[in-house]
Amino acid sequence: MELFTNQVLAGIATGAIYACMALAVVMIYQAIDHLNFAQGEMAMFSTFISWQLMQWGVPYWWSFLLTLAISFAGGILIERLLFKPLAKAPVLTNVAGFIALFAIVNSVAGLTWDFTIKQYPTPFGSSPFLGSQLISTHQVGMIGVTLLMLIGLYLFFQFTRIGLAMRAAAALPESARLVGVNTSWMIALGWGMASAIGAVAGILIAPVVFLEPNMMGGVLVYGFAAAVLGGLSSPLGAVMGGFLVGVFENLAGTYIPGVGNELKLPIALALIITVLVFKPAGLFGRAIVKRV
Amino acid sequence: MSVAAEDTVTEAPAVEAVPKRAMTLGTGTSLVILAALLVTPVFVKNFVVFQMTMVMIYGIAVLALNILTGGSGQFSLGQSAFYALGAYTSAVLMENANMNYALTLPIAGLVSFGAGYLFGKPALRLSGIYLALATFALAVAMPQLLKLHFLEHWTGGVQGLTVMKPDAPFGLPIGQDKWLYYFTLAISVAIYVGSVNLLRSRSGRALMSIRDNEIAASAMGVDVAQYKTLAFGVSAGITGIAGGLSAIVVAFVAPDSYTINLAIALFLGMVVGGVGWLPGSFVGAAFIIFVPNIAESISKGLSGAVFGVLLFIVIFLVPHGARQVAIVAQQMLGKLKN
Repeated sequence: MELFTNQVLAGIATGAIYACMALAVVMIYQAIDHLNFAQGEMAMFSTFISWQLMQWGVPYWWSFLLTLAISFAGGILIERLLFKPLAKAPVLTNVAGFIALFAIVNSVAGLTWDFTIKQYPTPFGSSPFLGSQLISTHQVGMIGVTLLMLIGLYLFFQFTRIGLAMRAAAALPESARLVGVNTSWMIALGWGMASAIGAVAGILIAPVVFLEPNMMGGVLVYGFAAAVLGGLSSPLGAVMGGFLVGVFENLAGTYIPGVGNELKLPIALALIITVLVFKPAGLFGRAIVKRV
Repeated sequence: MSVAAEDTVTEAPAVEAVPKRAMTLGTGTSLVILAALLVTPVFVKNFVVFQMTMVMIYGIAVLALNILTGGSGQFSLGQSAFYALGAYTSAVLMENANMNYALTLPIAGLVSFGAGYLFGKPALRLSGIYLALATFALAVAMPQLLKLHFLEHWTGGVQGLTVMKPDAPFGLPIGQDKWLYYFTLAISVAIYVGSVNLLRSRSGRALMSIRDNEIAASAMGVDVAQYKTLAFGVSAGITGIAGGLSAIVVAFVAPDSYTINLAIALFLGMVVGGVGWLPGSFVGAAFIIFVPNIAESISKGLSGAVFGVLLFIVIFLVPHGARQVAIVAQQMLGKLKN
C-alpha cells in the first residue's frame, strides 16, 4: 500500500509538469488551431536561459522571474516574426514551420551550451517532505508552483478584461473583432503566455531529468498525451489530463510487468492513440461540430 | 476558451492542390537523367558512389511521404518508424535467417505495409494536426521499442546489428559500392515508375480527390476511409523498402539511427523538393544528405539550425520547393530559345 501511495504522489508531481506542458500546448492550440511541436524545445531553451543567469550570479528566484519575462517576450517575438505571416497558410506549412523551429532551437541550444548534461538546482531541497518517505520537498514544490500558476491563470481569464478578450478571440474571432478586440495581438499574447508556462515546466523538471538540449523530448510527448486526454479545447482538461497521465505513467511502470523506464514513451504513444480513437474530443473537450 | 456552438464553414484543404500533370517530369528529361545516373559511377570515387546511393534511398523514403501528403493530403511525422521497421526486418532476416539480401526487401516492404495499414486504421479517423501528433509520438517512441529487452536476441538491443555487405553477383567485375549503386538505382526506378503510375491511375485520382475535398470525394463514391488507410499503408511499405535498402548499403542498424530527427529530415526533404512533385523527392533527398555534411564541417551541431532556417526560407520564399525552381528554370530556357 505504501508503494501505491508513493507512486501516486510521485505521479502527481511529474503530472504537474505534464499539466504545464499540456496547458502551454492548449493555449496555442486555442489561439491558432495548431499544435506547437517546438513547445518542449522552447521550454528547454528557457531553462537554459535561467541556468545561464544563475551562472552569472543572479539568485534563483530572480532568475526565475527574469526567465519568465524573457520567455514571454520571446514567445511574442516568434509569433510576430514567424507564425503571424503563416496564419492563412495550409496546415502542412504550419507543421513545417513548427518542425523548423524545433530544429533551430534544439541546435542553437546545443551550440551555445553544448550537449553535456548539467545539474540544475532546486530551491526546495530534496529531503523527505515533513519527515514522510513518500514524497520529496522538490516534488511538493513542483505541485505547489503549478497549482499557484493555475489559480493565477484562472483568475486572469475569468476576472480581467484582457483575459476575457483573449477568450473571446479564441472562441469566436470574427465576433470578437467586431466588438473591438485586437485578435491578432491576443494570439501573440497567447504565445507569450504559453512560452512562459513552458518555461515554468522546464525549470521545475530540470532538477529531475537534468539539463540538456534533448531533455524535453519525452516530456513534450507526455504533454501532448495529457492535452489529448483532457481535450485540446479545454485548458482545465489539459491540467487534469496532465495529472492523470502522470499518475498513470507511474502506476503502469510499477505494476505492469515488463514496463519499466524503457517503455515510457511507447506508453504515451499508446495513450494518445487510444484516446484519439475512442474519444477524440478528450475527457473535458467539446466535440467539434462543423457545418459543411 | 468558452464554448462556441458551431464554428468553421468548409474546411480548407490541408495541402495545396497540385495539378496531376505537374507531378512528374517529361519522358525526355527523365531518360536523360537516367542515362546520367547510369554512367556517373564510372567516373567518380567510391565514397561519392555511396553517397549517391544514400540519396536514392532517402529519395525513395521522401517519395513515399510525398505519395501520402502530396497524393492524399495526410501528414506523417513518423516515417522514421517505418523506415526503421524495414531496416530491422531486412537486417534480422539477413543475419538470423541467412536470407539473400534482395529477397528481404519485399518482406521489409510487406511488414512495413502491414504496420502502416494497422497504424492507419485508427489514424484515418484523425485529420491533419491529430495525425501529425499521433505519428510524431510514434517517431519519438520507436527507438525505445527497438531497444526492448525481449527482442534483444534478434535486434541486438542498443548495440544494433551489423550485416554483411553483399558482393556483385555472377562474378561481375565491379566493387560492392558500385554494385549496390546499380541495385538501388534499379529499385528506385521501379518504385518511381510505379508511383507515377499509381497517381495517374483511378486510385491516384481517388486519393487526390480526397486531398482536395473529402466530402465531395465521398459524395462521388470514393471510399474515403479505405483509400486513406491504403495510402498510409503504401507509403509505409515503400518507406520500409527504403529502410531495408539502407540496412544493406550501410551494413549496420541501430535504434538511435532512427530518431525523430530522421523523420524531420524526411519531412524537410519533401517540403524542399516540393509537395506533390515526385521528382522533387530526390532533390530533397540530396538536400538532406549534403547540407548536414557541409554544416557539420563548419561547426558540430549546426545542421539542425541550418535545416530549420532553410525550411523557413523555403516556406516563405519558395513554398513549392524545387518544383517552383524547376518551373522558373524551364521558363527562362524557353525565353532563351526564342
